[in-house]
Amino acid sequence: MNRNLDWGKYIIVFFITVLLFLSTFYLSNYFNSRKINQIKDAQDKISIDILSSETRFALLKQSSCEDIKDDSILSDELSSVGSRLEFLESTLGATNEDVVGFKKYYSILEIKDYILMNEVSARCGLTPHFILYFYSVKDDCLDCSRQWYALTEVRNKYPELRVYTFDSNIDLSAIRSLLQIYKIKDTELPALVLDDILLTGFHSLEDLESRIKESFKLQEIKSEKTKK
Amino acid sequence: MVSVSDVIFYVLVFLSVYVQVFFLITFLENRKKIITRKGEIKLTNYPSVTIAVPCWNEENTVEKTVRSLLDLNYPKDKVKIFLIDDGSTDNTWNIIRHFVHYPNIKVFRKANGGKHTALNLGLEHLETDFFGGLDADSFVDSESLVRIMSYFEKDDTVMAIVPSVIVNNPKGFVQNIQKTEYFMGIFVKKMLDFLGAIYVTPGTLTVFNKKVFDDLGPYRHAYNGEDMEIAYRMQKNHYKIAYCNDARVYTNTPETVQKLYRQRLRWFYSFINNTLDYRSILFKRKYGNFAFFTLPTGIVSVFAVGYILGKIVYNVTNFFYSQFIQFQAAGFDLSARINNLDSFFINTKMSLFLIIIVYFIIIFAIMFGRRMSEGKFRFSFSMFYFLPIFSIIAPAWIFMAIFNTVFSRIPVWR
Repeated sequence: MNRNLDWGKYIIVFFITVLLFLSTFYLSNYFNSRKINQIKDAQDKISIDILSSETRFALLKQSSCEDIKDDSILSDELSSVGSRLEFLESTLGATNEDVVGFKKYYSILEIKDYILMNEVSARCGLTPHFILYFYSVKDDCLDCSRQWYALTEVRNKYPELRVYTFDSNIDLSAIRSLLQIYKIKDTELPALVLDDILLTGFHSLEDLESRIKESFKLQEIKSEKTKK
Repeated sequence: MVSVSDVIFYVLVFLSVYVQVFFLITFLENRKKIITRKGEIKLTNYPSVTIAVPCWNEENTVEKTVRSLLDLNYPKDKVKIFLIDDGSTDNTWNIIRHFVHYPNIKVFRKANGGKHTALNLGLEHLETDFFGGLDADSFVDSESLVRIMSYFEKDDTVMAIVPSVIVNNPKGFVQNIQKTEYFMGIFVKKMLDFLGAIYVTPGTLTVFNKKVFDDLGPYRHAYNGEDMEIAYRMQKNHYKIAYCNDARVYTNTPETVQKLYRQRLRWFYSFINNTLDYRSILFKRKYGNFAFFTLPTGIVSVFAVGYILGKIVYNVTNFFYSQFIQFQAAGFDLSARINNLDSFFINTKMSLFLIIIVYFIIIFAIMFGRRMSEGKFRFSFSMFYFLPIFSIIAPAWIFMAIFNTVFSRIPVWR
């Protein structure tokens, strides 16, 4: 019987296990870095696109309306980055530096897009379809998750609808300003802004759809009146 | 920031990977020593062996068990069979007494006192140098005994030989996952043999040199784990236990989850309590790998299986809960699921890669376990699903075994 303990084997196995741990750590980091770079590239591209749209709009004024009003690609890209960011947050944690940085950047891009689209709508006589959605990742906001799922579904059904999502816990003056503008308190989350009307608490898919349809109708009437 | 839960999780995963790598390295070191014989073998001489069959309400299987012993490829006059009815309340006694006319069979009947008392009755009447026990729901391969005895012939310092246990005629899902698990058990026990650290001598034809009982005394109740306690006692007294991988014994296994739960609860309860009784062995150099590897591995596995698997169950529950919330809020959204097929959404957490590594080593162990006993590699799908299924159900008996230990509740046999 092998009563003599083979300490060398215990140590070798320890190092092999450490090596496996380090390899998986490296592998995990490698894939996560790739994902981080993908988000970074996508955000940079969106930033350039927004800047380009702003510049083009400033240069050409009314004549750029036709080009800009059908520009739904940017909205898709923003949404795609949003869902990727959400996944990265669930993988790396909400306190991860990269995640926090990206979320700030993403929020600013959303606000810039929101401002640009407002300007375009005003100057070109378009009917803007926006929803601003404020949520919290703190205190297990179950209604926030439910609201997000309902909004995602609404966005899939109405591609012309732009949904801007903001984590109210992010330390960003631009988000704080939005919260102040719409008088949103932490205790009222989730909160939605649709047609400048503040809706707090969870709103079902059916409720949202009826409000959106109503909004679309009103805006069509408004734009027809403007044209006349 | 890393949470305490994450630290515990990674420490347990590290230990689990360590154990699997330890087995793998042991295999690579000893792979040439693993022999799987085919066909009949012959011994220089055939020592007499007594095989005791303790029976308690085994009317459905005992006859087949005895027939399998009568068919052993071993000189008939060298195999003594003791059929011991441990106070059965069914037709067991009427079945076994029909075998009384066989010259090499003796039948006994006693009041119910537990398996260890039945085995001890056999030991009291022992006249041969070797003694084995066979559960009345198990059936031996005709070559099993001669292969076991060849190990004694090869090495006279060996005091007990454990054969490979294979699930008999598996039917249904529960028995099929156990079949796979038993193949893994064959690999693990063979590796523990190389380490001199086998922790159980099951009642599926483990054969002992009589000296073990002469020196160390008879079986004990040992929390219904007499087969584990005698192995612990042997390890404590430096008695060598070996594993004969190509000696096959087929056993009936629980066919329902409820029966499996009861069996495993008994096993884990007996493991926890026997380990507590023998805790003085732990991390003592003179007890070798048994003290530094087998026992710590068993202890860690109780916690690791409970914690890691509990965490997996928690995560899976969380996933389904979020799916339910999503369904409740937005209905069944196929487009969102298609979006999730994007490679970006593949989980690349470190723990996932580690679990994949452990999974591969376990599948390797299952395949080699099968090859060691049956001499052939054979792939089956149960290799993939046996682990997740056990992940879901194992925490139940582990937690209950701990609970029973804390509150001194002894689980029933059946």
